[in-house]
Amino acid sequence: MTQALAFLYNPHRFMAFSAWAAPLLGALALGLAAAGLWLGFTAPEDYQQGDTVRIMFIHVPAAWLGLFVYLCLGGASFLSLVFRQALADAAARAAAPLGAVFTGLALATGSLWGKPMWGAWWVWDARLTSVFVLFLFYLAYMTLRAAIDDEAKGARAAAILALVGLVNIPVVHWSVEWWNTLHQGRTVFAAGGSRAASVFLVPLLLMSLSYMAGFGSLWLVRIRGEVWRRRAAAAEARLAR
Amino acid sequence: MLDLDPGEYGLYVWTAYGLSAAGLAWLAASSLAFARRWRRRAESLETRAAGEDGEGGRP
Repeated sequence: MTQALAFLYNPHRFMAFSAWAAPLLGALALGLAAAGLWLGFTAPEDYQQGDTVRIMFIHVPAAWLGLFVYLCLGGASFLSLVFRQALADAAARAAAPLGAVFTGLALATGSLWGKPMWGAWWVWDARLTSVFVLFLFYLAYMTLRAAIDDEAKGARAAAILALVGLVNIPVVHWSVEWWNTLHQGRTVFAAGGSRAASVFLVPLLLMSLSYMAGFGSLWLVRIRGEVWRRRAAAAEARLAR
Repeated sequence: MLDLDPGEYGLYVWTAYGLSAAGLAWLAASSLAFARRWRRRAESLETRAAGEDGEGGRP
């Protein structure tokens, strides 16, 4: 396992790998999105929710990615904090704005789905509140890194914050079972199999894979940017000597 | 059949899709611009640093 991941620890190998993987994942994301949107807009209206069901194809993938990116942020922060992996720190820093946007989009599209279905833009139920807390953790992570001048200290403080925020992930996931919520319960990964009809499930899964591939592509691009930024700082230090 | 008319829910559906498209497009553009900006800067500084190292190495 360590051997398999070793190439990611080495910035030169990572740059060679990401140079072809990032555009490939980007193209995959666009292709999957085209297929998902086509199936999503050729699916029939839901008998209860009418056309608002089409918001599901962008709301659910954004919410899943908000959670998944935080797991990536937490994992990278752990590697950075414990094993002092510079590339892991770059990966953590690169993941935060991506996760913040996915979570922000999940909140916004959820609100736009909630208003016609629940009659309210927002309710402080357990699922919505815990996702809002997740969004705040992303913002706090980025703010903390930006606020501390010493980059190494800022990275350590932000990594600890990211690890603390991991506690919120199971709360988000199981909030619909631990508490009575207005938000619907688990549908796709429900016990006993998905409760969604395949006519909605297939475009939802295609859009989710598209979001996942898009995240993979942009994460690699941003990590590459971080590597270049650190190389620029190193070259600047050499010139200043 | 392709159904692009969400009827009475059009405002909610198209606003949600518009926001998502704008958010993801901004994310892609800002990520590419970030990487490109630092790549140019690093390459320019490394070239200058290599030049100065070369000059410093001469007798």
